[in-house]
Amino acid sequence: MAFTGIMRPGHVQLRVLDIDEALTHYCDNMGLIETDRDDQGRVYLKCWDEIDKFSVVLEPSDRAGMDHMAFKVATEQDLSRFESRVKDFGVETSRVPAGELNGCGERISFIAPGGHRFDLYAQKEQIGNSIPTTNPSPWPEGIKGMKAIRFDHCLLYGNDHDETVRFFTEALDLDLAEQVVDGDVQIAAFLSCGYKAHDIAFIRHEEPGKLHHASFLLGSWEQVLRAADIISMKDIPLDVGPTRHGLTRGMTIYYYDPSGNRNEVFAEDSYRYPDSPVLTWEADNVGQAIFYHSRVLVDSFMGVVS
Amino acid sequence: MSYKVTIADTGEEFHCRELQHLLAGMQQLGKKGIPVGCRSGGCGVCKVRITSGEYQVKKMSRDHVSEQEEENGIALACRVSPRSDIQLQVLGHLKKIVTPKK
Repeated sequence: MAFTGIMRPGHVQLRVLDIDEALTHYCDNMGLIETDRDDQGRVYLKCWDEIDKFSVVLEPSDRAGMDHMAFKVATEQDLSRFESRVKDFGVETSRVPAGELNGCGERISFIAPGGHRFDLYAQKEQIGNSIPTTNPSPWPEGIKGMKAIRFDHCLLYGNDHDETVRFFTEALDLDLAEQVVDGDVQIAAFLSCGYKAHDIAFIRHEEPGKLHHASFLLGSWEQVLRAADIISMKDIPLDVGPTRHGLTRGMTIYYYDPSGNRNEVFAEDSYRYPDSPVLTWEADNVGQAIFYHSRVLVDSFMGVVS
Repeated sequence: MSYKVTIADTGEEFHCRELQHLLAGMQQLGKKGIPVGCRSGGCGVCKVRITSGEYQVKKMSRDHVSEQEEENGIALACRVSPRSDIQLQVLGHLKKIVTPKK
């Protein structure tokens, strides 16, 4: 098995101001599927091609933002191993009992140096991706809206950027895939736990613990354009796009959920292997790095977080 | 029904319908003055103090507007719909990404 340790982003728990508006957005407009609810009022969602029970948890709240993001590790042994390594790095950990989130095993929970909460877990109930495992069809029928394929990554704004990147690379074994640098100062770090262009990204910022966006994969550039149609048809607040990123090469569009959490849907980004070189964008070229066509930075994209 | 909204800081005026939020009214004819962010009550950049006028307000993130502020006429413009002519002052601003100087 090539995958060991931290396998993939497992879920993101987002705070929402109105659960019904949030469900219209994530299910009817983006195509996620509701799989459960709990007695705290949280609603569990997954994208059609995900096997585990949920990848998004919507938490009713009086504020927006990310409660936590969780990574799935390959084995229970990995969970204990990373608990030790996080502690050895000097970050406190706690254990969240199995079942605190419906269908999710025991979690190791900690606040990373940039102020964001992350959890690790090894087990989650698997309910399948709506197509058979024998003679599988290419896609299931009846998926709504943008037809998001999977929850892919988050981009986070936090303080103590250098320590955050050191924590993720040294304690959690993620690789630096791509970066933006201003001289010898790193402004942005795109980190990967496997073959993807990124599984999480961090931007140097003055406030701790902010969400820039939660991102979902689509199948093609045509699907990104179709998402743009839906954004206008459904009066969803658009931020930027459709366009291409220089960073990761992805075709992309950004918009906001009804609580002000930014979402991205994207397609056709790059990939990497453990021996791939780190890709670097210089600050002089940051416009092209972010929006490859216009090369112009957009104030709201740079400065709005939840 | 449409009402006049005046931004005290700049003197900019625009019209906003009852069913719109203030930012939508400002943007539809390309007017400026209130910073535009998520337009969903979550990010706080369009925070304003409404100094006169009647309005209705939808739920806003408590990270950006406290209950006490809300009682004192402070709101996120993207959650405010006018019920009369409105005068306001801009409180919010777009945060800048930290880009170290060379």
